[in-house]
Amino acid sequence: MEQPVTSLETGNTAVILWLEGGHWFQNKMRGIGIREQKTIRLVAKHPFNGPIVVEVDGREITIGRRMADHIITGVPE
Amino acid sequence: MKKIVLMGNPNVGKSVVFSRLTGTNVIASNYPGTTVDFSKGKMCFGKEGHEIIDAPGTYSLEPSNKAEEVAVEMFGQADLIIDVADATNLERNLYLTLQLLEQKKPVILALNMWDEARHTGIIIDLKKLENELHIPVVPTVALSGEGFSDLVRRFDEARSPAEIEPMNDRERWMKIGEIIGNVQQVTHRHHTLRDWISEASIRPLTGVPIALVVIFTALWLVSFIGETLITYIFDPLFTLYAPIVMSISIWLGPGLLHELLIGQLINGEIDYIQSMGLLTTGLYVPFAMVLPYIIAFYSVLAVFEDTGYLPRLATLSDTLFHRFGMHGFGIIPVFLGLGCNVPGVLATRSLETKKQRFIAATLIAISVPCMAKNAMVFGILGSFGMVYVILVFGTLFLVFVSSGIILNRLIKGDSPEICLEIPPYRKPDPLTVLKKTWMRIRWFLKEAIPFVFLGVLLINVLYAVGFVEWLGGIFAPVIQGWFGLPQEATTALLVGFLRKDLAVGMLLPLGMSPLQLVIATTLLTIYFPCVGTFAVMFRELGIRDMIKATAFMAGTAFVVGGAMRLILLGI
Repeated sequence: MEQPVTSLETGNTAVILWLEGGHWFQNKMRGIGIREQKTIRLVAKHPFNGPIVVEVDGREITIGRRMADHIITGVPE
Repeated sequence: MKKIVLMGNPNVGKSVVFSRLTGTNVIASNYPGTTVDFSKGKMCFGKEGHEIIDAPGTYSLEPSNKAEEVAVEMFGQADLIIDVADATNLERNLYLTLQLLEQKKPVILALNMWDEARHTGIIIDLKKLENELHIPVVPTVALSGEGFSDLVRRFDEARSPAEIEPMNDRERWMKIGEIIGNVQQVTHRHHTLRDWISEASIRPLTGVPIALVVIFTALWLVSFIGETLITYIFDPLFTLYAPIVMSISIWLGPGLLHELLIGQLINGEIDYIQSMGLLTTGLYVPFAMVLPYIIAFYSVLAVFEDTGYLPRLATLSDTLFHRFGMHGFGIIPVFLGLGCNVPGVLATRSLETKKQRFIAATLIAISVPCMAKNAMVFGILGSFGMVYVILVFGTLFLVFVSSGIILNRLIKGDSPEICLEIPPYRKPDPLTVLKKTWMRIRWFLKEAIPFVFLGVLLINVLYAVGFVEWLGGIFAPVIQGWFGLPQEATTALLVGFLRKDLAVGMLLPLGMSPLQLVIATTLLTIYFPCVGTFAVMFRELGIRDMIKATAFMAGTAFVVGGAMRLILLGI
């Protein structure tokens, strides 16, 4: 099932399928470690459309909600 | 002389490497974006001297904020690059490494935090990595100095490999995947207590209470340490000094020199706060009233910075800071501004857009009181009762929030979202904390003392030539009529441009009521930044935005001052 990382339940894990957006967005995400094929875990989701915190490669990263909505993940079968 | 530039991702330890290589201390912390400007130092190896430059961290050679622009500019000037990479996060760090190698400048790779990588079960085959990248790779631990003799010895081997050709993004990531597959093995690691604390402090439900406890503990610690230093060290020292300065006063006799050095005698005695002489107030205010709190604040801040808590606080405050046209990272400049506005304004460089930087710098200047001023507010208003101190800080907090909301509406431009790496928690090293605190105290002494002296001198001269009365007369309608303060308070506002702490001290002899003092000290923060902050804002924002910010401050001071008169004085 394809869904943005923001739709995951807190604590759950998925695989990043693609980054939906322009060159700038993709570069920024990949540069900080959020890349296709990586396993991503949703650590926290802040209320009032606040940022989310994810873990990739053992590193926590805070990302704004709108950007995170464009990180599309899938759950491996 | 060769220029050697340290390049690398944010928070990999470049500044610690720099301090190791040059012996020049620069501020290093455990959060991305500590270094926003370059520092230069020298080191010798072989027969030659070399210039070493510490650049801000960057994820790539395409800058996304002002600090990263500085990094790219420094790269352009380099003859040799020391690429500092985080061994615990090699894959991501290699992106910049490859970009650097494609630029055809000689590079040597320092794999920093080698010890931490080993502890977390990451195994990197150095020989294989050297073969893949065709440059020397040296494991280092900057904090302990491990690997540095190797690093320096191998400078000569740094090269720009012909084997690495310019690539596009996709090719670069493919190449990185290939390299990592060949050189790195990660053993599975279990969740530790550190991970658990890390997650608890960044989740909203547990993180917010933790943040409140942490902030209140920090504030309590600052005031506790400050008060203890004053009671047991600085006040006793000035008690010892009193008879000495009194005998100087008697020896000098009345006259211009007495006015300048000792100042006014209050009821025949020297009053350290009110006398306004170079040897009395000029020494007492910076050393006995402000310095203790500077020591307290910066030692607590250093511990804070080095644990890695600040990026978590930035995450928790993100939603709130979006209302002010910034994102959560904005809380870091605000925090630094509580020590001194100058580094606070400088730290706004890590924000991405002009709008964010303008709002952050203006809010700091208008409503974040520096420790020098805070110390005086506590010292003077505290004696009337804590409620007055709370009134000042409460008002400033309201000004911060409402100015933020207004500026967010007024200023055009983008407010991009947060995208911030959260460093692992680390135990602060006592020696590093001490060193960093000492560097900041030294900076305070060097920057503050001359301005305190200048301020005292200016006050005496201005009184002597009658300028104070003249100016007071001009501003009387505003100061007296609108703010409800005695017209002599104008001088304090004028001196506040040089030093805010001294200005607070000047309010005391005017015989104001505590509520008038609340208005005056609050206005002293809002109306205009001190000369140091003014200079750095001018440099960071440019003249047009500086004028805009100043107009906003004057307007806010006018509105807030009038409102406070109505509410507090009821006239």
